[in-house]
Amino acid sequence: MSLDGPPKAIAGPATFIDDRLGAGTFLKRNLRKVFPDHWSFLLGEIALYSFVILLLTGTFLTFWFKPSMGEVAYNGSYGPLVGVHMSEAYASTLNISFDVRGGLLIRQIHHWAALLFVAGMMVHMLRVFFTGAYRKPRELNWIIGVLLLTLALAEGLTGYSLPDDLLSGAGLRITEGVAISLPLVGTYITYFLFGGEYPGHDVISRFYSIHILLIPGILLALISAHLILMWVQKHTQMPGKGRTNRNVVGAPFYPSFMAKSGAYFLFTFGVIALLGTFAQINPIWLFGPYTPADISAGSQPDFYMGFLEGSLRIMPAWEINLFGYTLPMSVLIPALLPMGIIMTGLALYPFAEQWITGDRSEHHLADRPRNNPHRTSIGMSAIAFYGILWLLGANDWISSKFHISLYTTTEVGRVAIFLGPALAYWITYRMCIGLQRRDQELVLHGVESGVIKRLPHGEYIEIHVLPAEDLVALVKAKPSIPAIESASDGEGVPPKGMRNPLGRLRAKLSETYSADSEAISLDGSHDGHHNGHGNGAAPAAVGSGEPEQKSIGH
Amino acid sequence: MNSITARRRHPLARYAVLLLALSLLGGVYALLAPGGDRADAAIASGRADDVAAGKELFAAHCASCHGLNAEGSYAPGGASGPSLVGVGAAAVDFQVSSGRMPFANPGPQAPRKRPAEWVNEDTIRQLAAYVQSLGGGPTKPSLESVDPAKGDPAKGGELFRANCIQCHNFVGSGGGLTYGKYAPPLNPATPSQIYEAMATGPQAMPVFNDSTITPEQKRDMIAYIVGARDQVDPGGSGLGRIGPVTEGLVAWIVGISLLVLAAIWITAKKRQAND
Repeated sequence: MSLDGPPKAIAGPATFIDDRLGAGTFLKRNLRKVFPDHWSFLLGEIALYSFVILLLTGTFLTFWFKPSMGEVAYNGSYGPLVGVHMSEAYASTLNISFDVRGGLLIRQIHHWAALLFVAGMMVHMLRVFFTGAYRKPRELNWIIGVLLLTLALAEGLTGYSLPDDLLSGAGLRITEGVAISLPLVGTYITYFLFGGEYPGHDVISRFYSIHILLIPGILLALISAHLILMWVQKHTQMPGKGRTNRNVVGAPFYPSFMAKSGAYFLFTFGVIALLGTFAQINPIWLFGPYTPADISAGSQPDFYMGFLEGSLRIMPAWEINLFGYTLPMSVLIPALLPMGIIMTGLALYPFAEQWITGDRSEHHLADRPRNNPHRTSIGMSAIAFYGILWLLGANDWISSKFHISLYTTTEVGRVAIFLGPALAYWITYRMCIGLQRRDQELVLHGVESGVIKRLPHGEYIEIHVLPAEDLVALVKAKPSIPAIESASDGEGVPPKGMRNPLGRLRAKLSETYSADSEAISLDGSHDGHHNGHGNGAAPAAVGSGEPEQKSIGH
Repeated sequence: MNSITARRRHPLARYAVLLLALSLLGGVYALLAPGGDRADAAIASGRADDVAAGKELFAAHCASCHGLNAEGSYAPGGASGPSLVGVGAAAVDFQVSSGRMPFANPGPQAPRKRPAEWVNEDTIRQLAAYVQSLGGGPTKPSLESVDPAKGDPAKGGELFRANCIQCHNFVGSGGGLTYGKYAPPLNPATPSQIYEAMATGPQAMPVFNDSTITPEQKRDMIAYIVGARDQVDPGGSGLGRIGPVTEGLVAWIVGISLLVLAAIWITAKKRQAND
């Protein structure tokens, strides 16, 4: 019996499959695929694994859930609702919670997984945005991501409404209010959705089909496309030693990345199960069954819809009556504008950036956020915009828990929604510049060693030593932000395409966007740098292997 | 600098304060001490004494805002209070036993607080008897009529959802109202106080009189409220029972933070000198 080569029991079927599917070459090629390593590259997997958990727990829930608005009198084991009339959807959700073994746990895991699904998408998207990983050739994958986020919001909204409890009913009522306020098509959409007057008898079963079939199907397809594209285009990597636009430095998929990914799935499942076990979520039995006549204080949607709730709450009353038609601007604007700004802004950003910088080259190296201050500032001001609206969605709780007048929260919110993003932009910009200066300090002066030395003539200096090589590589990898050629020729005529107002705007934007990346230089050739010794050659000392010496008073 | 500030270091000031404190203590003691002994006598003698004692209590603790004859007063920015003629004993019991009255300082709404030192069952009864004698009004409910065990929580829940939760929230967690007012959480309220609040409509709350919501229905609602707040949350920690706001916070602060830490942990590399 020879020891080289696999045993026949394995080799036989393996060859059979290999001969027919070509699996061997496929696996050989792909199992060795190299993945770059950085903690933030795992954030998207939170969403992916939450989605897997959602599919599994969701399937469990469909076994007992009855998507019907038929009225029944509750007769289950939850005492305070016995005899109360409710929809079958609500009754079956109570049944899952109190009478199906493990039902409440699975329901809670499903709901927590839904929150982490969306939250995971958001942090992943922020990582991609701030590192510029959406740039060519990954724009289409970015757009798939934006679609995934939008669909996840719709998926969340439909799922939140299914139990037909009083809390989700409030959300449903707002959904109907928004739909019916749309000009021209509003009434049709509402009648289509609800099958007649609100709430009708159809909306739960329609939402059910959308929630368990339509949107998950599209999500699954888009997630597959998202992953395949990522696989084919390769993952971006952080800049650093030996990392270029043409290589990928990291560990092979099998076994290294697979082990990490597998472990991360278990972590995700563990955290969700932990939350599902110890933290109660969506206690529909406390909310009661939905009746359109009832509404509760502190009715909020799940967190990802909170920004729409907030925008609705701070919008002043405004209604336009024109030729017998009503335009309820106080509903239309808060419902469509923030969503439009955020989603359209996200989808268009890669293309807008390309247009402004004129950069058509491929990027496989991620940017450090500080090295593209305007992009980072735009991202932070979008976060401020979203965050302020989100916070204002809970203004009644802020008011009652912190003893602030409710109207004060509204009025402050109306100012903050404009001031906050501007302030966030400015602060972030200054921070990016500050961090760049610190980087510059690091490569030009080295790091403080903590060793104080007294020179023969009495001066005290602190010995500065070279920073670690990989740190220098990371800092020195700073790319300059490209800009379009907008300088006029010798006779003061700007280049073609820059002569109309749009072109001039583009030139101006391009100049601003790329500015400041040159002002802070890492090679020591810039003006205004003094090392405190007057020898002027000190910057060159770093990198030459000699520790630089610098006085404390510098 | 006002006159008190100027004179508080006067050699005689300490004696003046001592005298004031002693007379206050003596006065309060004189008011309170006989209460316990006279309680039974007052019941036997048709509560005539209660009214008299209540009038004294009223003059000492309430009259500065509500007027010496409970006729109410209005002083812009100062001590003002509505007329108490006709509010009934239930209103007195609710406001004083929950510590809302006497009002500590003027504001949009009187908060629930620890009742004043002089407040006990007897003084409340006396004060209530006095206010009741002014013009009638809802009386304090009997213990039986607020007994949660005798109510039907399912019926009460429906009434609660239809009438109360707009301000007090699904589980009585309270909520914000306009101009600094708020609907307080129902958790600390006793069954009697819940009943009295419905019967008298304190502060921003509307009145739910016996023709709107019958006493039996009120008892059902009390049964629901008390049952819901005593319920052990079956799903783990209730997260303050205020709905998706805290759930979202937990998803981010606990969920995402733990997962970020996990990601940092499993991708962590030992730092090498020449990596």
